[in-house]
Amino acid sequence: MESSAHSPVLGQVQTSRLLSGGLGWRRRSVNVVMTALIAGAFLLAMIPLFSLVFEVAKRGIPGLSLEFFTSDARGVVGGGGAAHAIVGTLVITGVAAVISVPIGIMAAIYLNEYGTGRLRRALTFFVDVMTGIPSIVAGLFAYALFELFLGPGIRLGVMGSLALSVLMIPIVIRSAEEVLKIVPNHLREAAYALGTPKWKTITKVVLPTAFAGLVTGVMIAIARIVGETAPLLVTTGVVDSMNTNPFQGRMQNLAVYAYNEYRSPGVMKQASYDKAWAAALTLIAIVMILNIAARFVYRRYKTEIR
Amino acid sequence: MLGAATKRKTAEERQGRMSDSSAVTATSTGPVTAAGRPAKTIEARGVNLFYGDFQAVEDVSMTVEPNKVTALIGSSGCGKTTFLRSLNRMHELTPGASVKGEITLDGEDIYGAGVDPVAVRRLVGMVFQQPNPFPTMSIYDNVAAGLNLNATKVSKVQKDAVVERSLRGAHLWEEVKDRLDKPGGGLSGGQQQRLCIARAIAVEPEVLLMDEPCSALDPVATLAIEDLIGELKSRYTIVIVTHNMQQAARASDVTAFFNIEATGKPGRLVEAGPTEEIFTKPTKQETEDYVSGRFG
Repeated sequence: MESSAHSPVLGQVQTSRLLSGGLGWRRRSVNVVMTALIAGAFLLAMIPLFSLVFEVAKRGIPGLSLEFFTSDARGVVGGGGAAHAIVGTLVITGVAAVISVPIGIMAAIYLNEYGTGRLRRALTFFVDVMTGIPSIVAGLFAYALFELFLGPGIRLGVMGSLALSVLMIPIVIRSAEEVLKIVPNHLREAAYALGTPKWKTITKVVLPTAFAGLVTGVMIAIARIVGETAPLLVTTGVVDSMNTNPFQGRMQNLAVYAYNEYRSPGVMKQASYDKAWAAALTLIAIVMILNIAARFVYRRYKTEIR
Repeated sequence: MLGAATKRKTAEERQGRMSDSSAVTATSTGPVTAAGRPAKTIEARGVNLFYGDFQAVEDVSMTVEPNKVTALIGSSGCGKTTFLRSLNRMHELTPGASVKGEITLDGEDIYGAGVDPVAVRRLVGMVFQQPNPFPTMSIYDNVAAGLNLNATKVSKVQKDAVVERSLRGAHLWEEVKDRLDKPGGGLSGGQQQRLCIARAIAVEPEVLLMDEPCSALDPVATLAIEDLIGELKSRYTIVIVTHNMQQAARASDVTAFFNIEATGKPGRLVEAGPTEEIFTKPTKQETEDYVSGRFG
């Protein structure tokens, strides 16, 4: 609104439309209050996150030791480590990624590049449904499938991987689809105009352009499923010794290990609890490393599309 | 596998055309490309183009003469680009788009049964309005993209020769010869467009289609591209869509004027003829009005 300013030349009061005057003071203070509220809400939201990480670190660090990372729990009472669980988590998640990534990316390519009409809509609908499957249901599905062929009570590392991939595939499809959509159409047209068949355009132009986004999406999908406990409880079993073969015998993993140490602690209760917390801390560390690596890969390999 | 099949078809197509000499416009010497093949004539007869039910272009018949620059002019939305894209079978890539009528590349219908659109696009290249070099590839790989993407087996030495020849042909060699392995996106707009032209001519097409190639460029770059077009026509047949009448007057030999009665109506070819005539003594009043700037 208008406010007065004394003009030095004429010595008269002049009104200026550009200065905000009285009402401007109120607007500025509302601005300050809202900024404070929003910042406060953000800090409030961060509190549970920080307190969680702090707690887990505080309780987990005493459980960490060289033994924790290097030896398994076979035949020991009260001692032993979680090496078998760490290796198990890496193997199970690795196999799940090997299953999910090709299927997920190829499905995303179909949905984005080829799909038309009803089939595409139906597939999109089913992918949406899959994103909502409870993790225990995925685990029971994997168990039931293997029980059909290998008899009841079967426990294998690869069953866990199958259960995890049921959860992982829709995540990979969703993020890959988004990334493929971002690749501008004029790049595809440039390849077509050179007389390139469609499949080659996809493999040599679209996928390389989308590469960084695809890798990031996969890493984030892995980070999502690495801590899933319920499906692994019913599929991979509990075991104390190291097993690196997903196709043979039970395999321990960090999530189930933490659960087990807490639920059935050994003779030395505190040591077991410490190890459970340490396993939880290791899981959080793995997720954090994956996320940081995903950012690093994205920044390093992304293509600037003008 | 696919590449071999289409290559064979291309050779067959060429065999067919070379033996059917009556279809080539009669000139005593015969226009040739740098590779020694006759530059192609495109004939359009009764071409109607649709996007679903909507008709975008109505009943166009014209001849694109070999080794000449044909400019398609007209105001926005009158179907010039749609028509251009039908000449290399890019129009049908839009979902729901369809083509009626006949378009022949030196006597052979490019929409005939059994014709592979990929093979057509290797013979009829295209440069787009917005320069679109592949961002993940280096300058070298961008120019060689036509060879790489079509699985044409060439040795490194041959590829180097093709890349250098194409970049020289596009007047870009001197500027980029020291940074061929740098990404294709790191050049100015005019350089990027010349890179796209180099990429298009690296596969030795017979016809080169250009959709408003200078509209995104500054006047200096525009002049460079127009000079380039003047040189390229000795080796290729060129069709260029342009919004800029003065550019058509400067750079083309034949001009075709498209117009549209009202929005929602299909575009038509009003008149086509030598550029001099179209701009100085057109036969239709519409053409006269457009080129003298009374509308457009």
